Amino acid sequence: MGRPGDRPSVITARGLRKSFEVKGGATVEAVRGIDLEVPAGQAFGFLGPNGAGKSSTMRMIACVSPRTSGELRILGRDPAVDGVAIRARLGVVPQQDNLDEELSVRENLFVYGRYFGLPRARCWQRADELLEFAQLTEKSGAKVENLSGGMKRRLTIARSLMNEPEVLLLDEPTTGLDPQARHVLWDRLFRLKQQGVTLILTTHYMDEAEQLCDRLVVMDGGVLVAEGSPAELIAGYSTREVLELRFVPGEQTAAEPLVAGLVERVETLPDRLLLYTPDGDRTLAEVTERGVRPVSALVRRSTLEDVFLHLTGRSLVD
Amino acid sequence: MTVHDTSPATAASRWPGGTRAVVEYLVLGWRRYLVSSLSEAVGAPLLYLLALGLGLGALVDRGSGGGALGGVGYLDYIAPALLTAAALQVGVGESAYPAYSRFKWTRVFLGISATPVSPRQIADGQLLFVALRVVTGAVLYYLVLLAFGAAGGGWGPLMVVSGTLTACGCAAWILALDSVLTSEGGVFNVLFRFVIVPMTLFSGSFFPVDRIPAALRWVAWVSPLWHGNELARTAALGGAAGVPAARLLLHAVVLLALLGTGVAVARRGFDRRLLR
Ligand SMILES: Nc1ncnc2c1ncn2[C@@H]1O[C@H](COP(=O)(O)OP(=O)(O)O)[C@@H](O)[C@H]1O
Ligand SMILES: [Mg+2]
Repeated sequence: MGRPGDRPSVITARGLRKSFEVKGGATVEAVRGIDLEVPAGQAFGFLGPNGAGKSSTMRMIACVSPRTSGELRILGRDPAVDGVAIRARLGVVPQQDNLDEELSVRENLFVYGRYFGLPRARCWQRADELLEFAQLTEKSGAKVENLSGGMKRRLTIARSLMNEPEVLLLDEPTTGLDPQARHVLWDRLFRLKQQGVTLILTTHYMDEAEQLCDRLVVMDGGVLVAEGSPAELIAGYSTREVLELRFVPGEQTAAEPLVAGLVERVETLPDRLLLYTPDGDRTLAEVTERGVRPVSALVRRSTLEDVFLHLTGRSLVD
Repeated sequence: MTVHDTSPATAASRWPGGTRAVVEYLVLGWRRYLVSSLSEAVGAPLLYLLALGLGLGALVDRGSGGGALGGVGYLDYIAPALLTAAALQVGVGESAYPAYSRFKWTRVFLGISATPVSPRQIADGQLLFVALRVVTGAVLYYLVLLAFGAAGGGWGPLMVVSGTLTACGCAAWILALDSVLTSEGGVFNVLFRFVIVPMTLFSGSFFPVDRIPAALRWVAWVSPLWHGNELARTAALGGAAGVPAARLLLHAVVLLALLGTGVAVARRGFDRRLLR
């Protein structure tokens, strides 16, 4: 510890598990033994579909959900012992907003600062700074119930920053927002990252993961199926390019045998064939030579969506 | 006080000022309906006193009522019970829908639990806020009674204390109920209609409990409101209320036990609901 350039670990997990007892005596295993190591200052992502166990993991990290078994250290401490002290240093943006809709935008921030023990004057001052940061200054006196979805999300992020946290936990920060609102939000998160805040986020959007994460894990069914930077994951689990052949739904199966053997891997979707290839244009020429006539053809770069499809055989967003 | 903590995630030190911050938050929200809640706190007693105290009271006092009430005028007889019932109403009202919605609909309690403030501090803060609302209402009620000359003697202000104790004892248990309810499904409606209303009618508020058939008198005995009424009536009327000293002590013990157990169960419920 303490060597220059040696960044301390913010989150360490070994064999971390979480199960819930549900009605009828059954047990749901939401998280089934995961290992994590997140250094300070990193933007770290959990990419996975609904039900993968992302929120359950985030709640354990946030020290609001006792782990079932395994090891967990947040900021070097055990949540089961030092939950209060750890929570004082975290910022949390939950999957579902829980703002007070009756209070004004500014009052929501003020009240939240008080939970961290900040003096009143400091709370108002910090609230105004964060309203600026979240581009909500004009809405300062408005009731929360009158804000748009994107504004509420920005307010929740502003609120999570009241205590100047070292680690910011964001559970699906942009789910349900329109593209423009998402971009505004990404821009704010990018700034925080530049300020050195450790960002831990979950998402089922691969573009979000690519935009924001230095490193990410792909989560499915309560386990981690891959780990790396977006570029590493794409290099490791996909080809450089993808040739997408679109068909009238159903006709793609007839074309399947024709393209077989041309490339290493073919994925069959309801209206498409995806051909994984180092050179999309050349593969397209070969496909055309073999007499395959798709409705349309598109060459694109591989994305994390392709990585997920390869790893699990399913799409991220259903 | 020793804090015996069963939940691992809160086992660490208490966060100083957590409970107070929760109360402050709820007071800030109260400001939004302060005018309506205060006007109700003054308006309701005015209506009740005019209708029941002066209207009905005139009939009762002219009839055989005076004797049955131990020589006390009807207005003086019901005034302490009206204050206590109003306190209960505020306590139950605040701890039912508004508090439950902070678990279920607005999820505000979940937001607070992500901060260093612990679930039991949230429970304590919520109950202290209820107490504040109840005290405010009871003091205003007392002042209205004073204006009607029905506020009793020098010990009369103790009605505020007994009323608050009664209301908070019930409110603590309703908070405990909130913490275990996953869907509301009309539970509060049932509570109001089949618990609170009968309790108000058969707790020696409007007529002495010995008028209830002996077989049903236990309804009064288990009713927190009856215990509160006896205390309040003694505070206002002294010996004329006809409650022996030993029984006063018993009433106080019952209400304190109701509050103590309610707080313990509510804290545990908040812990389980918010940390899972
Ligand atoms: N409080 C809970 N009680 C019972 N089951 C739960 C609870 N929270 C999550 N689960 C279950 O755990 C699994 C993982 O859920 P979650 O962590 O929310 O996944 P994600 O955030 O990736 O969508 C799901 O099957 C979900 O139904
Ligand atoms: Mg989730």
